[in-house]
Amino acid sequence: MSLSISLTINGQPRTIALDDPRVTLLDLLRERLDLTGTKKGCDRGQCGACTVLVDGRRINSCLSLVASLDGADVQTIEGLADGDALHPVQAAFIEADGFQCGYCTPGQIMSAVGLIKEGHASGDPERVRELMSGNICRCGAYQGITEAVLEAQKVMADKKGRNAA
Amino acid sequence: MSLDAPSTNARYGSNAGQPLTRRDGVLKVTGRATYAADNHPDGMLYAVTAVSRIARGRVTSLDVEATKAHPGVVEVMTPASRPPLAHDPDEKMPPFGFRIEVLQDSTVRYANQPIALVIAETLEAATEGAALLNPQYDADEPRTGIDDGLRFDPPAVGVGGPPKAAFGDVEAGLAKAAQVLERDYVTPAQYHNAMEPHAVVAEWDGDHVMLDMPNQALAMSCASYATYFGIPPENVTIRSPFLGGGFGSKAIINGPQILAILAARALKRPVKLVLSRAQMYGPVGHRGGTWQKLRIGLNNDGQLTALHHKSISATSSFDDFLEPAANASTHLYASPALLSEHEGIRLDTGTPGPMRAPGEASGSAALEVAIDEAADACGMDPLDFRLHNYAETEPGSGRPFSSKALRECYAEGAKRFGWAGRPLASRQMRDKNGFLVGWGMGTALFPCPHFPAEARATLRADGTALVETAGADMGQGAWTALAQIAAEALGLDPEQVELHSGISTLPDGGIAGGSGHTASAGLALNNAGKDAIAQLSELATNDPASPLFGAGNIGVEARAGRLYRRDDETRSESYAEILARAGRREIVGTAKASRDPAAAEAHAMFSHGAVFAEVKVDPDLGQIRVTRLVGAFAAGRIINPRLVESQYFGGMIWGVSFALHEEAIIDHRTGRIMNADLAEYHVPINADIPSLEAILIPENDPFVNAIGVKGVGEIGITGTVGAIANAIWHATGVRVRKFPVRLEDIIG
Ligand code: FES
Ligand code: FES
Repeated sequence: MSLSISLTINGQPRTIALDDPRVTLLDLLRERLDLTGTKKGCDRGQCGACTVLVDGRRINSCLSLVASLDGADVQTIEGLADGDALHPVQAAFIEADGFQCGYCTPGQIMSAVGLIKEGHASGDPERVRELMSGNICRCGAYQGITEAVLEAQKVMADKKGRNAA
Repeated sequence: MSLDAPSTNARYGSNAGQPLTRRDGVLKVTGRATYAADNHPDGMLYAVTAVSRIARGRVTSLDVEATKAHPGVVEVMTPASRPPLAHDPDEKMPPFGFRIEVLQDSTVRYANQPIALVIAETLEAATEGAALLNPQYDADEPRTGIDDGLRFDPPAVGVGGPPKAAFGDVEAGLAKAAQVLERDYVTPAQYHNAMEPHAVVAEWDGDHVMLDMPNQALAMSCASYATYFGIPPENVTIRSPFLGGGFGSKAIINGPQILAILAARALKRPVKLVLSRAQMYGPVGHRGGTWQKLRIGLNNDGQLTALHHKSISATSSFDDFLEPAANASTHLYASPALLSEHEGIRLDTGTPGPMRAPGEASGSAALEVAIDEAADACGMDPLDFRLHNYAETEPGSGRPFSSKALRECYAEGAKRFGWAGRPLASRQMRDKNGFLVGWGMGTALFPCPHFPAEARATLRADGTALVETAGADMGQGAWTALAQIAAEALGLDPEQVELHSGISTLPDGGIAGGSGHTASAGLALNNAGKDAIAQLSELATNDPASPLFGAGNIGVEARAGRLYRRDDETRSESYAEILARAGRREIVGTAKASRDPAAAEAHAMFSHGAVFAEVKVDPDLGQIRVTRLVGAFAAGRIINPRLVESQYFGGMIWGVSFALHEEAIIDHRTGRIMNADLAEYHVPINADIPSLEAILIPENDPFVNAIGVKGVGEIGITGTVGAIANAIWHATGVRVRKFPVRLEDIIG
């Protein structure tokens, strides 16, 4: 059996010859496409380490079967920076020390990018904490994560404002 | 950031002390930092363990044929087919190794024990293959409760620690006390749950093996693996550039990893094994449960007359690691008499192991609540009571502390928190929404171990340096802090110093554990750097063409990539110039470093701190929220305040977790853990954590080591647990002596 699945991954159109219907998006990225930036912490939708954007929305890639994603647009941590220029969320995570071991970090960052896109956070730390709570950080970098999301959101809003002006 | 601690250049005349961002920052935010399971050598196979669903008994059958028939499955390893090991896994591996479960027989000693290994071409096939084994069991009654297990007198607790400490006459002290407090406390089994599951990618080349695995103790592990596989230690290479969290669980060799390495050898192909989250609740260590009793004698002046702390600590049926909880009482409060002691209890569980602040965390949880109860019994403010019983010297031995800025921690923490004016009685404060508000505190304490470590520092022709030590960065920021220490010793800017670490072929960087890695590997790097500079000075001062010629005894100083004559600052030369004229491509400094035994003998060495907590409790529903946490810590010299603050935050969050969240819940009928996953084994999420404050109290310690560094990785948990429990009492008047504190304890 082989299914042909078309995906756009980090802007690149890819055609996947899928020989096994059990393959999740997470395992496809990590084990078959060598995109190992996305991490597996639980494989059950409980930790958020595997968060990626599918069609602009944050999802747990461990819970999505590739077979159900034909035509989807997938963005992973590897596709966030523009060459050497970090995405504002990435830069803010470094500055605010929003990680320690770094294992939850790709998921946190993709979740933060999704959250900012959703326009929900609106500069309120309480809201950010709540909306980032699908991403566990066992190292306990939450203070830095919250700071980083707020800071990045500001930077991105300013930039948008400047571009509009 | 609270950066007002004077741990910057001014204090030490060096570049250490700067709050630099992490060197590995860009790698980690772009997904380019490689963790063990990210490796994928050509021809790699996937291994998945099948685990026991009973806690005690025997596996009577496995449907190996069904598994082998599944497309993609390559091999099934069972007790019948497991290749031999060169070391008996039922024998302990010195120095810290445990007995391990590697399919030596069909016995099941705990739930989640590996009972087979399935190897396949794909992860999906291996996973399905493991599910097809359909194990049948002969199950015995599991022993998982305090009343079921066999009790014993342990020869040691923790990692070879003394099971008992005593001075003075405790019974006499209790007899003459004006009042005696006797209290029982219970802490549950907890699981490390690093975000990165235990993993290994093993690739053999003849009798050499390359292991990609998260590892907190590279050199020690190489030796252990070599013993298991009957090869020389130098034939084992471990790459562990990043660990996705360790917390103690990646310092010790475990069975599943051994099995995967064996499979790679047998099949002559690289093998990857990653445990599932559920499988991490068994063979890879945990914090054993404790049942603790404290007896405190108090005189009419609110002073301790005796302190007795006993812990019954759980271990497995086949090996010993006992949470050394009672030892948390031996170094903190002044008392004329003290007895701390342990009893073991054998349960059908995986063997516990060191988990962030082993002993200190659970022991301090009980001690700090007991001290709060004692303060209340004396009608004293909990902070005043602690100051009243302050240990000026080490209790018992009378040795001086190498440094102890605990008074400053108390004062600064209390000020920042706004402790003054706290009502003595409970249930006195409410917020505008009617929630009960309580304030509590706890003292934090953690020892400063120092491990032998080695390092190499190479000054290069262009005046930059390469420094090397086989350390492990599991999130504490070793790459950054160690480079800062080396840069200081070398008189260079950190940017000019390249650090290589995280592979076992480098000089042994010691263990990343016991909060001792920065101090241990740091001292080695410092000494290696100094050695390189000494050799460079030698070159220059003996070279008539150098402006430093003849400086000999007066000496030179290394700064900003140049050597300066001490007696004449105008005479200096750059490292590059000195090397070029001598025709040297490089100068290599080396060091083996450990703590000065005389200093260790003469002093008690600890980091200290004070944690203040505010909680709000819903009076009707009992729901508890930590709304404020302030910790003030004194831990010697602070190399990088930004990273140290993060370590304190992490520790304090583990304290929140211990106080309110974490607990492995066991079904005593089956002996299985009912919540072996991240949805039901609760750890704090972002919304559980209020804004935190960590205050870095300056402390100069000339004795711990030449760089004055103590350790910061674990102390944050201690103190925090008690502070939160005490704040809950202050809010509600309910004293809960069992962790985690649950809402039903409050409204029950
Ligand atoms: S790995 Fe997908 S949510 Fe944990
Ligand atoms: S940084 Fe380690 S789990 Fe978040």
